Amino acid sequence: MTIAINNLHKRFGKNQVLKGVDLSIDEGHIYAILGPNGSGKTTLIKSILGMVIPDKGSITVLDRAIKKDWKYRKKIDYLPQIANFPPNIKVKELIHMIKDLRNSPSAEKELIELFGLDPFLDKKLSTLSGGTKQKVNIVLTFMFDSPLIILDEPTTGLDPKALIRLKELIQKEKTQGKTILITTHIMQFVEEMADEILYLLEGEIYFKGSITELLEQTEQTNFEHAIAAITTSDSHA
Amino acid sequence: MLKILKYSFYDLIRSRWSYVYFLFYLALGFVLLFLNNDVSKAVITLMNVIIVLIPLIGTIFGVMYYYNSREFTELLLAQPIKRSSIFMGQYFGVAGSLTMSLVLGLGIPFLLYGLLRSNAIFDFSLLLVTGAFLTFIFVGLSFVIAISNENKIKGFGYAVLLWLFLAVVYDGLFLMSLIIFEEYPLDTFSLVATALNPIDLSRILILLKLDISALLGYTGAIFRKFFGTDLGFLVSMAILFLWTLLPILSLRYKAKRKDF
Repeated sequence: MTIAINNLHKRFGKNQVLKGVDLSIDEGHIYAILGPNGSGKTTLIKSILGMVIPDKGSITVLDRAIKKDWKYRKKIDYLPQIANFPPNIKVKELIHMIKDLRNSPSAEKELIELFGLDPFLDKKLSTLSGGTKQKVNIVLTFMFDSPLIILDEPTTGLDPKALIRLKELIQKEKTQGKTILITTHIMQFVEEMADEILYLLEGEIYFKGSITELLEQTEQTNFEHAIAAITTSDSHA
Repeated sequence: MLKILKYSFYDLIRSRWSYVYFLFYLALGFVLLFLNNDVSKAVITLMNVIIVLIPLIGTIFGVMYYYNSREFTELLLAQPIKRSSIFMGQYFGVAGSLTMSLVLGLGIPFLLYGLLRSNAIFDFSLLLVTGAFLTFIFVGLSFVIAISNENKIKGFGYAVLLWLFLAVVYDGLFLMSLIIFEEYPLDTFSLVATALNPIDLSRILILLKLDISALLGYTGAIFRKFFGTDLGFLVSMAILFLWTLLPILSLRYKAKRKDF
């Protein structure tokens, strides 16, 4: 088991975001974390990363309790939602810097080629467009070889060509036995990529299972409609 | 931590504002020296300028840096780095680069003027040391304010208010209470009140060293009477050091418990 979450609670002020999440993530699958805006997707991811400190409950990543630990993050590659980098440094320097900070072997060359970032390497990050920044973000995430990959809205701002490359990249990582968590609002992307769906609603896991199971349960033929219908069907998973 | 410090520092010394800050001190140093033609007098004028200016710049730079690098901090938080190292690194990066602008900006004109041959060198270095202390204190305070306030405008407002209070309002209140309670013995009160404001403390520290009784004022005089010049110097230095430690410790405390 890659991640085990037990009875996770988190409250921000008066807003109870997570209300007892229990979850186990197995190795070698692609999980899509879905749910309406404000359902706690990002909070859940950030709790796994140790950026949000839970009020109650426990999280283990790769058989290590993460409380007060930081070394386990060596085993996680994380793609944050909004990529905003220090404006005064060049792309090349940023890549170098993250490499330096993580201090582990990296394969940035192929990725830079894959996304056509060569002409941007000597540009400052403040001059890049949103899509190009996202490509840099992707390179920074995928250049390390970690068993767990977490992607928060990876498709933002990407052109069709880069999107295809990203999908290929995710599939390639999966064949290497890595576990991948993705949040996105693009259902087509989920349909193509995900093995399992985790549907969060009001701070609880409302549904966990494969796409076929979801279609059966909601009696829908179209995935997008099934997701929309999920909250109206009364069965809990 | 050292890696984060290195990158924050490089990022900052390449920004335009660091140069502006540096050039400002450079110009100030040259103008004062060549108008005054007297190192000691220049040191006093400088003291009056930097004791107000350094806290202001430190506060604003600190708050700005914290809010501007927020997304990047999030990126770092997802890396295998200890939380406190990230914030300590950024803090020392900002405070260090500001201190460097100050030391180089003022140091160059004074060196060119022939500081090494004058006996004002100790006064001058004390000025720089106090300036460094004030930079570290106010950058630290502004980081603590910024980390406690998600809202940029609020954080900025509180930081500026803090500066305004310590640099201007505090003295007014202090003086008023001295006048109102003039019937009572006020030695202890003024000693404590001075120690509670790093700006006042720095001023007294420099004046004690310069040994200009006329400028010491009431509190300075008490300080000297109480501790003597040397002990007073040491005591105020130690309190300044505590003042530096205070925001650093609360920054660490806050950083450990914060959600991002």
